[in-house]
Amino acid sequence: MSSTRVPAQEVDSPPSVPATGSASLRGQFRKQIVAQGQEFVLEVAFEVSSGFTILFGPSGAGKTTLLDCIAGLTKPDSGTISIGERVLFDSSRSVDVASSKRRAGYVFQDLALFPHMTVEQNVAYGLQHLPHAERTRRTGLILDTFRIGHLARRNAREISGGERQRTALARALVTDPEVLLLDEPLAALDAAAKARIIDDLREWNRAHQIPNLYVTHSREEVFALGERVLVLDAGRIVAQGTPHEVMAAPQQETVAQLVGFENAFDAVVEAVRPERGTMMCRVEGDGGPLALETPLVRGGVGTLLRVGIRAGDILLATSPPVGLSARNVIPGRIKSLEQRDVIVSARVKCRVEMEVHLTLAARDSLQLEAGKEVWLVIKTHSCHLMQRSTD
Amino acid sequence: MAVDWQTFWLTLQLAATVSALLLLFGLPIAYWIAFSRWRWKFLVEAVVALPIVLPPTVLGFYVLVALGPRSPLGRWWTGLTGHTLAFTFTGLVIGSILYSLPFAVQPFAASFAGVDRKLIAASATLGASQLRTFLRVIAPLSIPGLVTGAALSFAHTMGEFGVVLMVGGNIPGVTRTVSIDIYDRVQATDYAGANQTAMVLLVLCFVLLTLVYGLNRKAWMIHPVK
Repeated sequence: MSSTRVPAQEVDSPPSVPATGSASLRGQFRKQIVAQGQEFVLEVAFEVSSGFTILFGPSGAGKTTLLDCIAGLTKPDSGTISIGERVLFDSSRSVDVASSKRRAGYVFQDLALFPHMTVEQNVAYGLQHLPHAERTRRTGLILDTFRIGHLARRNAREISGGERQRTALARALVTDPEVLLLDEPLAALDAAAKARIIDDLREWNRAHQIPNLYVTHSREEVFALGERVLVLDAGRIVAQGTPHEVMAAPQQETVAQLVGFENAFDAVVEAVRPERGTMMCRVEGDGGPLALETPLVRGGVGTLLRVGIRAGDILLATSPPVGLSARNVIPGRIKSLEQRDVIVSARVKCRVEMEVHLTLAARDSLQLEAGKEVWLVIKTHSCHLMQRSTD
Repeated sequence: MAVDWQTFWLTLQLAATVSALLLLFGLPIAYWIAFSRWRWKFLVEAVVALPIVLPPTVLGFYVLVALGPRSPLGRWWTGLTGHTLAFTFTGLVIGSILYSLPFAVQPFAASFAGVDRKLIAASATLGASQLRTFLRVIAPLSIPGLVTGAALSFAHTMGEFGVVLMVGGNIPGVTRTVSIDIYDRVQATDYAGANQTAMVLLVLCFVLLTLVYGLNRKAWMIHPVK
């Protein structure tokens, strides 16, 4: 496994991210949370430099509470939060800067536009300290940047979802915040509207270079926006890195559940082959053991692991394939085929049962049907290994 | 004897003064009740609600004692002005404010508490002070509750009897309100006069409340539907 992935026990110290133009946001704090009747502890340490950092995790993981702590809307039980040299919160020195003085722009999940004000009044709300002319100038400028200039006099309740999102972004950004917190701001939008807003947001960021912490539970948004990802689960940061590292090769079972491997099996390391950079793992199936060649990870023979294989990463052949680089060629038989929208999901019995995703064209040209004999082809690096949860 | 318009004028003056002052003093109390996280807050809420259940004579009696020459407040006032607070218009205003307090504070507090907390949080993250958040966000979104509170305390003061009798007595042009006047007429078996006066008060109150609720349709919808 690549060295950029950090095991859970080591993430307590922030990674050394090269500082860019602006001050980065640092936090290290803990807070007891009672949410939906269950109690857990949010305990995190992170550093967010300029650009987009995605905070990814299932609902109830503590993502919104983490943002609220940064914005000063909720007080951590202990710890520190700072932007560059400016300390926002330090429990040991009793520092707790009021949210109105933190200069943290916050776009709420439900946007929280003031319903009794126009779009223009909403956006100008954070500029009261400025003289009237300057306020009008800046408001007009940002309304144009976010393409809502024509809506200036409309009431915030009368505009569409996408326009409301743009208004909320403009309202937060016009105040020149030192950090921007976004709590699933685009969750309610269709893909096209989302992509357009993301482009505008990226454009704005190129000019302003501030840390953005963007909460989502959508995989697409992670890849569309993120330069870095923090994965939060049950109050802990369980993985961090680039979207590719974190999302494509999760280390931990919890991450695997998040990103949804269709095929996951318990496995035991049977042989380690450092000279080939691989190891052999045995998966116990109903029809006997299945051997898989997987990437090399720490741990010797007998280590208990879990193997995750995405249904879309498996190839199907109707005759025994030859001359392949893939190390795993497994004979099996199609148990069932099911069309889901534009993909076909095949269940293949090969000692274990695997789910394989195909296109409609592949199904038709291979004349696949239930009962047909097939060979599964799985690349070594399509086998993702995780620690098996011990509890 | 026909309707005594002087008592009507006095009663309207009293009700207007009381609801104006309650709008002033009631707002901070309601704000505190809506947003404080003090663990003994319910004690204050209970004290504020007390006049709803207390017989007006009990409240009036204690107000009379508190305003009288034997209490520190009464002595301080007498030292300041040379006359006692009891049996004056000012004394009547003080008693009425206490008597109508819950009718103003409870609708105020309920509508403040009904304002979406996210809007208050948004205002704070946009750099607004608590006062500015109150003036620009909380108060404008609570207008139905503010109107309801002011109207209820006005109407409640118009109709009070026990407190006025205890604190104000029955001095024409100073403390004789409409309800006292009606009581007097009944005592004097002037049923025709009592009837006329009562009818005028009834119509006046009805018109007032109709106006308030007609212009403020959402007045009873204290908690906004989310």
